[in-house]
Amino acid sequence: MSTIKYTKDHEWVSVDGDIATVGITAYALEQLGDLVFVEVPDAGKSVTAGDEAAVVESVKAASEVYAPVSGEVTEGNPAIADDPAAVSGEAGGDGWFFKIKMSNTSELDGMMNDAEYGEYLSSLD
Amino acid sequence: MSDDNKTQLKKTPLDTLHRELGAKMVPFAGYDMPVQYPMGVLKEHLHTRTNAGLFDVSHMGQAFLTGPGAIDAFEALVPGDYKDMPTGKTRYTVLLNDSGGIMDDLMATKIEDGLYIVVNAACKDADFAHIKSKTAGKAKLEILEDRALLAIQGPKAGDVIARLSPETIDMTFMTFAKVSIAGIACFVTRSGYTGEDGFEISVPASMAGELAKKILAEPEVEAIGLGARDSLRLEAGLSLYGHDIDTTTTPVEAGLRWVINKRRREEKNFPAANIIMDQIENGTERQRVGIKPDGRAPAREGTEIQDVDGNAIGIITSGGFGPSVDGPVAMGYVKTAFSAEGTKLNLIVRGKAISANVVKMPFTPHHYRT
Repeated sequence: MSTIKYTKDHEWVSVDGDIATVGITAYALEQLGDLVFVEVPDAGKSVTAGDEAAVVESVKAASEVYAPVSGEVTEGNPAIADDPAAVSGEAGGDGWFFKIKMSNTSELDGMMNDAEYGEYLSSLD
Repeated sequence: MSDDNKTQLKKTPLDTLHRELGAKMVPFAGYDMPVQYPMGVLKEHLHTRTNAGLFDVSHMGQAFLTGPGAIDAFEALVPGDYKDMPTGKTRYTVLLNDSGGIMDDLMATKIEDGLYIVVNAACKDADFAHIKSKTAGKAKLEILEDRALLAIQGPKAGDVIARLSPETIDMTFMTFAKVSIAGIACFVTRSGYTGEDGFEISVPASMAGELAKKILAEPEVEAIGLGARDSLRLEAGLSLYGHDIDTTTTPVEAGLRWVINKRRREEKNFPAANIIMDQIENGTERQRVGIKPDGRAPAREGTEIQDVDGNAIGIITSGGFGPSVDGPVAMGYVKTAFSAEGTKLNLIVRGKAISANVVKMPFTPHHYRT
């Protein structure tokens, strides 16, 4: 059973053992608008929490998706690189960006759970 | 953007309507402007290319320059031929500084007693101050603060406006008329900034909301924001002032030598005519070109352009994703040796070289009503 955590950068992190699957939330997707280009990291790439790990582009602008945890990328999602419309915003869903084998699982401690993320979103309006 | 700055932004006469329509508002040229509506930039763009889109461009500057000396006085500031142009005709031109740099690009229409001009929002105060001081004693500049400007663009724009204003049916591209649209007195030019057929409609600010609602009530029409306006003009190969052209670029470098009309070339009596004529005869060191990146990744403004050997040869000045092209499109300046159609280039995006080609613009064919 995986647990899902959220970051203030509007990413979701689905944790299963030491593997974190990372995507962006529905809120982030709505802010970005229709995506026209997605670049995901290659397997084997070493990342530190806060590094730029993936790129999403709308008609208007390019934005970064940050690595929420440190470790080694085990997989980038080819489905969204092939078809940016496959990015869904559904936490834990098929529209994930990349998976990281975490080197420091304590980095998850500061992240929000579902209810906390909901409160965070309402504080933004 | 802090709340303090937000309160200083100017609002167009359609501000309330934008909010009712659910627009996302952003600061642009000192105005609070709709960048997109709930439909989103991508669909707004495609809707304009297939149907009709309504844009609020009331932030742009409108003015009359009138009096017996108006045409001569205006010609002293621009390289366009307005003397020999018939009344009711609109022509695109540029305000030039003394080194041949472009102070702004604008539309000027010949009316009975002078010119009706429309300039860019970000430049309007400087433009009007320049025009006023340079034409003082020869013409009268009347800035039209109390008028809104709407643009309707797209293949259905002609049908929509003809339904509300039958007298527009026979208007052709780059002509002007005073008409009534849905019972509201307007003046219109058949022109635009998308590469599509359409109109720019000048209407008293007090009537702008009513007119916009009547046009939006037509089934083909959706409200379109500045985001799609930018992607539409980029696909159409049209320059954006402050990005693709500015005071450091001349019309010849910018691929706009057609704005230097024949009579003016012969008379050589526009600002920096010696510099511009020399460039027309002997060429320039750089040229604005269309650039088609290979693959799907957009190359944005500021992207370095290299030759295939890795030497820096230019910079992207506008770049993004073209929804109708269904791929990335860009324009920028390259050294003239690399400006020929088909020249292979590399664009440095996030540290990686993306291959690209110099291509002819527009990226999507123009559909003007000729």
